[in-house]
Amino acid sequence: MAEKFINEKGFVNNLPKIYGIYTGGFLGFIILMAIAEQMGMTSKTIGLCFVAFTVLIYALIGWLSRTVQVDAYYVAGRQVPTVFNGMATAADWMSGASFVAMAGGIYFGGYTYMAFLVGWTGGYILVSSLLAPYLRKFGCYTVPDFIGTRYGGSLARFCAVIVLVLASFTYVTAQINATGTIASRALGIPFELGVWVGLISILLCSMLGGMRAVTWTQVAQYIVLIIAYLLPIFWMSNKWGYGIFPHLQLGPEVARIAQLEAEFGLVKNSADAVKAAGVPGGLASISVAHSAVPAGGMAAWKFISLAICMMVGTASLPHILMRYFTTPSVKSARKSVAWSLFFIFLLYSSAPMLATLSKISLIDPTLPTSIIGKSIADVQAITWVQNWAAAKQVFIADFNGDGVLQLNEWFMRGDVVVLATPEVAGLPYVISGLVAAGGMAAAMSTADGLVLAIANALSHDLYFKIIDPKADVAKRLIVARILLVVIGAAGAYIASMRITSILGAVAWAFDFAMSGLFFPLVLGVWWKRANRAGAIAGMVLGLAAGTAYLIYVGPAFMAQTPWLGIDHLRFGIIGAPVSLIAMVVVSLMTDAPDKATQAMVDEVRIPSGKTILGSK
Amino acid sequence: MWLTLAIWFFFGYVIFMFGESINSASFLGYPLAYYMCAQGSLIAFVVLLFWFANKQEAIDEEFGFAEKEDD
Repeated sequence: MAEKFINEKGFVNNLPKIYGIYTGGFLGFIILMAIAEQMGMTSKTIGLCFVAFTVLIYALIGWLSRTVQVDAYYVAGRQVPTVFNGMATAADWMSGASFVAMAGGIYFGGYTYMAFLVGWTGGYILVSSLLAPYLRKFGCYTVPDFIGTRYGGSLARFCAVIVLVLASFTYVTAQINATGTIASRALGIPFELGVWVGLISILLCSMLGGMRAVTWTQVAQYIVLIIAYLLPIFWMSNKWGYGIFPHLQLGPEVARIAQLEAEFGLVKNSADAVKAAGVPGGLASISVAHSAVPAGGMAAWKFISLAICMMVGTASLPHILMRYFTTPSVKSARKSVAWSLFFIFLLYSSAPMLATLSKISLIDPTLPTSIIGKSIADVQAITWVQNWAAAKQVFIADFNGDGVLQLNEWFMRGDVVVLATPEVAGLPYVISGLVAAGGMAAAMSTADGLVLAIANALSHDLYFKIIDPKADVAKRLIVARILLVVIGAAGAYIASMRITSILGAVAWAFDFAMSGLFFPLVLGVWWKRANRAGAIAGMVLGLAAGTAYLIYVGPAFMAQTPWLGIDHLRFGIIGAPVSLIAMVVVSLMTDAPDKATQAMVDEVRIPSGKTILGSK
Repeated sequence: MWLTLAIWFFFGYVIFMFGESINSASFLGYPLAYYMCAQGSLIAFVVLLFWFANKQEAIDEEFGFAEKEDD
């Protein structure tokens, strides 16, 4: 035991060196692939090498981090250094949606879509100021663990497990879906098979070592995904001569896009025309201005309400909160939130730049890559157009029949913006392979975290705390691993049925978490008077109200007209206030919690001293 | 903490309520509202978090609540 601990210490101290070598090795691999491409390696082999090589590395890390200790399995032994925890959280956080879909969303949605950017970063302020340090002080293993101990009783714990499973499971199917899409493209296998390949790679990372394995693979995945995202942006910006550092120098290009949009005219195609032309589902044409702010109070409210949902949802998503249980101290939990946001910021601030570069590459007639305004026969002869059209990801519909491609006649899927831009801009194929590996890393890292969050909640809170409190360590860890496989398989099965688009499912997860968990967590720390009955009412009614509203407006369900523009992406706006009111009213109607609980809440707010739940 | 939340509220919501009117101003050549949600608010959040973490640490130390530097 002691010897093991010393080894662990040595490992933690050597982390910068280990990941330095890893990053160097990865860059070396990229160069090697670039040389291989010059020597005539086919693009298919390159894509295969990138995805297979990175997945093997993650699996190796997962295997090396295997463990049989409870602390290591659930919270990585609580000794993950601040900066590395920041990287792991960033990878945990940035999902397939952030990596693959976000730039595409900005490409089509312009300013309005960027509410996601603000929402997905601003939530960390809430995490840091209201929750993470206090939950770390509490010393719990999982989020329901906090609810169960703070409010007492199995029922409160059980409700928290339900909300957690609902939110995380919605999210995980989207991620497995994304790994499946990328695996099927890179390996050239059918999507249904790709989903299972994705699942096996996810399980390899998490099954043997639990949180410890997931932490160290997530750090590795972050390094891959950030290189894969930033390299093409810098390359393109320099290639077109827009400036060495695109983030500071793309202003004129944003203005140029606005000018071109005015020139070409933004036309919204009628749904009937699109249907008649046979455009495949999920494809869109540009119909919204890139940088202009839509007029009116309603547009501003829609922007802000989406930002609120994403922020509050961030602060209640269990797979993110549980990352801060792994830091060595309360202080480092707080620092670690700041580092997480810094690493997330690196990618998020680049997404609008990528969308800008991608759009201008397609529409600016002075660039050799542009297609808008060219003859359709010429455009259809371009290799990348042929490849992506064959995959039903892009489509040309000549509405006015003049044989020239107009802005509203060019359809593509949002994901193509990230996945195809390197090809569009004429970068070597090695960059496309890199981007595929990055997308895979992003989707896998989030799926790892989510599957682990669900399995831990079920094995620790449901099985150990409620069903069989006498279970020994070995048995608990076996149950945890079996659940991991079962949940992963269930997620993959649902993902293979392709129900919602990636983004829809992701936004729903935030709204579920926000409706059910936000106020019980925050008031649990900040309001001593909050009691068990109130918390249960808050979770149950909040979740019920949110879900009912989702069914009321959801396009796949009743599809009624939303109230005040609160559509199915924003149903947390209904759920969370209901949760707050129910919790306050019921708490005040019932008895105050006992002295011991109140003392516990005081204790949580003080960083020094022991954790409330002693380590076992 | 309240100051942190107030700054957060400003950069997260208040500027975007006036998104339409401030977009005619420009910063580094970008329309201002576009810049704020692409980078500006994000930078503000990152800076705010580091500032908050340090500040809170200082407060904890001043009142003797800071954790001891053990392992």
